[in-house]
Amino acid sequence: MQVGTEFPAQTFQVTRADLVRYAGASGDFNPIHWSDRVATSVGLPGVIAHGMLTMALAGQAVACWIGGTAAIVEYSTRFANPVVVPDDDKGAEIVINGVVKKQLDDGTTQIDITATCRGDKILGAARALVRAR
Amino acid sequence: MGRVYPPTPPYEVGREKIREFADAVCATDPVHRDLAEARARGYADVIAPPTFAIILSQQAGQQLVDDQTFGMDYSRVVHGGQTFRYERPIVAGDHLVTVMTVEEISSRAGHAFLTTRHEVSTVEGEAVVTIWTKLVIRGEG
Repeated sequence: MQVGTEFPAQTFQVTRADLVRYAGASGDFNPIHWSDRVATSVGLPGVIAHGMLTMALAGQAVACWIGGTAAIVEYSTRFANPVVVPDDDKGAEIVINGVVKKQLDDGTTQIDITATCRGDKILGAARALVRAR
Repeated sequence: MGRVYPPTPPYEVGREKIREFADAVCATDPVHRDLAEARARGYADVIAPPTFAIILSQQAGQQLVDDQTFGMDYSRVVHGGQTFRYERPIVAGDHLVTVMTVEEISSRAGHAFLTTRHEVSTVEGEAVVTIWTKLVIRGEG
């Protein structure tokens, strides 16, 4: 993987149904991810996606970019802005981009990830360290 | 701060749970579903997508929600950040225990910030993944 290589953008459509599915699969039943009443009562604009769902989708993009030829050894992010998911059939669109940032001395490669929704940055300082297998 | 909670009861990683989680995060690689494919790639069984480990973090984190001395209102909790450092992928059939340490608690602008570290290992003592979870507990203001 050449430093500076930009990977093709990956797009994910996230609907309320996807949030319910993720809640069940992960066991994270925080009501801010399914109840507008609770979400607005704590000052959010509405139901928001699990940060971990966004992180998982970005991780899926990385897995797609590096294929079966490498393994993710470290993966980290901050959650910069919430992804508001309206109660309609379209939901929210999340766009994931990635670039090969640098080769580290321990033989791993750092991939920097950006994730946006409606033009807002939703992940901060997101990066994956991958190792060739 | 620095408080270490007792190890969680073992979590048995199931194939169907991995498939369910893979479906929920659009993880299309057959290594998460197909036993033959996983074995062909050198794994004993199907492997979990990277962020599956959050289930172990949440299981251990429940100790904080249940800890009355913490008094955490879960509906006010927002996820601030997340880090995973993997020794190897989580594999179906693993029995995993998690030891949680409270690394940092602080307060800024009316919100509370909490960092926990979760050391996940097999019941046999093999390290699998270390997880850092940063939570923000939003103030009432």
